[in-house]
Amino acid sequence: MANKSEVKLIGKWSSPYVTRVKIALNIKSLDYENFEENETFNPKSDLLLQSNPVYGKVPVLVHQHKPICESLIIVEYIDETWSTAPSILPTDAYDRALARFWAAYIDQKWFPSMQSIITVEGEEERKPYFEVMEEVVERLEDAFEKCSKGKPFFGGDRIGYLDVAFGCFLGWLSVIENEYDRKVLVEEKSPNLVKWAERFVDHPAVKGIIPETERLVKLSKALQIKWRAAIGNVQIFRSRFHGRKRKLVTRVYL
Amino acid sequence: MENNNVVLLDFWPSSYGMRVKIALQEKRVSYDCRQEDFQSKSSLLLEMNPVYEMIPVLVHNGKPICESLNIVEYIDEAWNHKPSLLPSDPYNRSQAKFWGDYIDKHIYNIGKKVWTGKGKEQEEGKKKFIECLKTLEGELGEKPYYGGDDFGYVDVALIPFTSWFYTYETYGKLSIEEECPKLVAWAKRCMEKESVAKSLPHPHKIYGFAMQYKQTHGLV
Repeated sequence: MANKSEVKLIGKWSSPYVTRVKIALNIKSLDYENFEENETFNPKSDLLLQSNPVYGKVPVLVHQHKPICESLIIVEYIDETWSTAPSILPTDAYDRALARFWAAYIDQKWFPSMQSIITVEGEEERKPYFEVMEEVVERLEDAFEKCSKGKPFFGGDRIGYLDVAFGCFLGWLSVIENEYDRKVLVEEKSPNLVKWAERFVDHPAVKGIIPETERLVKLSKALQIKWRAAIGNVQIFRSRFHGRKRKLVTRVYL
Repeated sequence: MENNNVVLLDFWPSSYGMRVKIALQEKRVSYDCRQEDFQSKSSLLLEMNPVYEMIPVLVHNGKPICESLNIVEYIDEAWNHKPSLLPSDPYNRSQAKFWGDYIDKHIYNIGKKVWTGKGKEQEEGKKKFIECLKTLEGELGEKPYYGGDDFGYVDVALIPFTSWFYTYETYGKLSIEEECPKLVAWAKRCMEKESVAKSLPHPHKIYGFAMQYKQTHGLV
């Protein structure tokens, strides 16, 4: 087991990407020292800027003084380094590729949609982003059947990489569903994922990690002001999703 | 691994497709390469990649793997004989994946502004593009390859984009060799490898494709 001082996590309580890393550390029963960035990231700590000079973003795991950045890369690092503890990624090469594919898909679609829903004004403006989230849920409902093979989690009997990759967003999903009165994870359309979500948040490695919805709601109001003030960014969110098909075609050609 | 049926769905100018070809060549895996026509996507592509309908897709014994770096990692694991593409040490692996991800986040999108953009958009794109290349050149340092002494994952991730350098330079009116001489030297070193030389089209062919693309899409 790692010495607490050997493992540092630079993070923020509200970040779902940081939540991923915390859950992974819990799966491996690892102690770590938590370094909390301030609420507005203003200023960013010297530790963060030194540990992640390329992006200056959380999470960063620092293990034996060496930093590892990007949440999914950190989760894989944790799995490979503490390899005798319960596995996070599947053992089979194909199942691993499938898990990584879906995790990357979630990263492309989910948080940017949630962020846009909070930022834009009006139900009509929010509609396309809700539709993206609903499409993700539909695909993941299907993926769950294939990955879980009848077991309770994407990872099978135990929570794994894809459970962590998606489950980290459940707190923020609550915020979106409650504040904008539109359910994304519904029994009729995604019965497996609804049950999976209940099991996930109750899992010992997850309990207490996902922030309380009320606390996130309060933060979301402050973030809304900040994101709306930087309103130029909204155009990028729009073009990213409305122009997605076109962007895909050009990527394919090139 | 016995009884392999390996199909690659590809489009020849795609840097992402080239990555997979290099990885398969490195591992000396025989495969059937099928070119896609995006005016009419094959039913195989639509079946194997319903989420994105994009190439490259590796179909191994009937099962699809999508997203180029995901495929490269899969190839490294499924054919785990030498040469290894990813390092064995977890920290070095994490660094290789970090830089693979950096290349994915920056090079294609910013490069596109260089060869299709105009005016201010192009100028800003050029500036950012050179910054990214310099960052990558810095990461290479004095090593012969990103993988150290051996060609590896990050080399595979980046080298295909060098077939597009002539196109970026011509449309962007810039010289990548002047800005990033070490990177260009690294590219020449990589091109000496058979797996790379066989997988990358000639830069002039890419330029020809780019010219045609711009005409078709009204970007001239």
